[in-house]
Amino acid sequence: MKSRMVLFIIGYLIWLLLGWPVDLQHVLIGLPVAGFVTFVTGDLFSQRIHRLRQITRYVWFCYYVPMFLWECLKANIDVALRVLNPSLPINPGIVRVKTTLKSDTALTFLANSITLTPGTFCVDIDPKEGILYIHWIYVQSQDTEKATQLIVKKFENILRKIFD
Amino acid sequence: MQKLRYFIGLIFILAAIFFIGIYPIPSLLGWQSPFLSRCFFVLMLCFSLCLIRVMLGPTAADRAVAIDTLGILIVGFCAILSIPTGRDWYLDVAIAWGLQSFIGALALAKYLEGRGFDE
Amino acid sequence: MSEAIGTLFIVVGLGFDIFGCIGLIRLPDVYNRLQATTKCVTLGTCGILFGTFILKGFCATGIKALLTIVFLLLTSPVAAHALARGAHKSGVKLCDKSVCDKYAEDKK
Repeated sequence: MKSRMVLFIIGYLIWLLLGWPVDLQHVLIGLPVAGFVTFVTGDLFSQRIHRLRQITRYVWFCYYVPMFLWECLKANIDVALRVLNPSLPINPGIVRVKTTLKSDTALTFLANSITLTPGTFCVDIDPKEGILYIHWIYVQSQDTEKATQLIVKKFENILRKIFD
Repeated sequence: MQKLRYFIGLIFILAAIFFIGIYPIPSLLGWQSPFLSRCFFVLMLCFSLCLIRVMLGPTAADRAVAIDTLGILIVGFCAILSIPTGRDWYLDVAIAWGLQSFIGALALAKYLEGRGFDE
Repeated sequence: MSEAIGTLFIVVGLGFDIFGCIGLIRLPDVYNRLQATTKCVTLGTCGILFGTFILKGFCATGIKALLTIVFLLLTSPVAAHALARGAHKSGVKLCDKSVCDKYAEDKK
């Protein structure tokens, strides 16, 4: 029940932002709309709601966002240089890496971060054994341990503090 | 060093494209800003590259990728349209288009995997 | 001042867009093309939207542009991931240059 309350508040806020100059019509129509959305998708939201009250998670999240944006910019410049180079320096392949994260949200964020960072791109996830298959545009090492060290480690520690 | 040279060369080519621009179409619409017409020209170039890939693509997956890219580009197109006209509902169109493109990409991926939609 | 910064963001975004599209043409197989487009085109479009936000400020247009950025950053990698998995399961091979394919080894 508590998680549905949180979902209702988030949905209502997004509704108000979408119709930004807040007036009476939007406030009134927003209530039934957010209520309906909560009624339909309430089961899909996180059930362990007490985590939303821990302040340190937000602090780590604020650290994670600029780091992610910086990596994203580096990735773009890297891909642009590879594409513009006439000799096309690619050495692609799909490698296997291991992760120790368990929860679904953390795995989703890990896959998204890997996709938007330099040269790597997530093809499939095996959540039971914690294996990710990653397409790497310039394979530096085919070994699982070393690839894990190179790709996953920098995000894993932060994401564990945020979501696990 | 070589990388840097190619990079600078391509930036020059891009600048040349940007300065050619195409004036007639936006001025027919009654816009005053030449800058935005140049933005339009660059985006048109991106669209045509995507459509070339749709035309050439050897497999169905290539075409799906190009269509997905086209969807994301149109979001940016709507954002640029909202600047000179000053109408905020272009961004509503952009959000809806992004959603449609996302769901379409998921459906295409399911189709490529050869599974039913109820799984 | 804000106009100059917004214009700069839009120009950088357009540049990344066109690099992504050149990658879509030049790279040899589906997975490499996805690498190029999902990175460059996503960040390029986010740049255009952020430029719109800076030009317009905190009015209806600007806030919708910010919401669209968040939405795009969340959905576009998921779509790319689904497309790559679908392509691999439908039997698209990696290009000739590729070194290893651990995923195909594990699936057998």
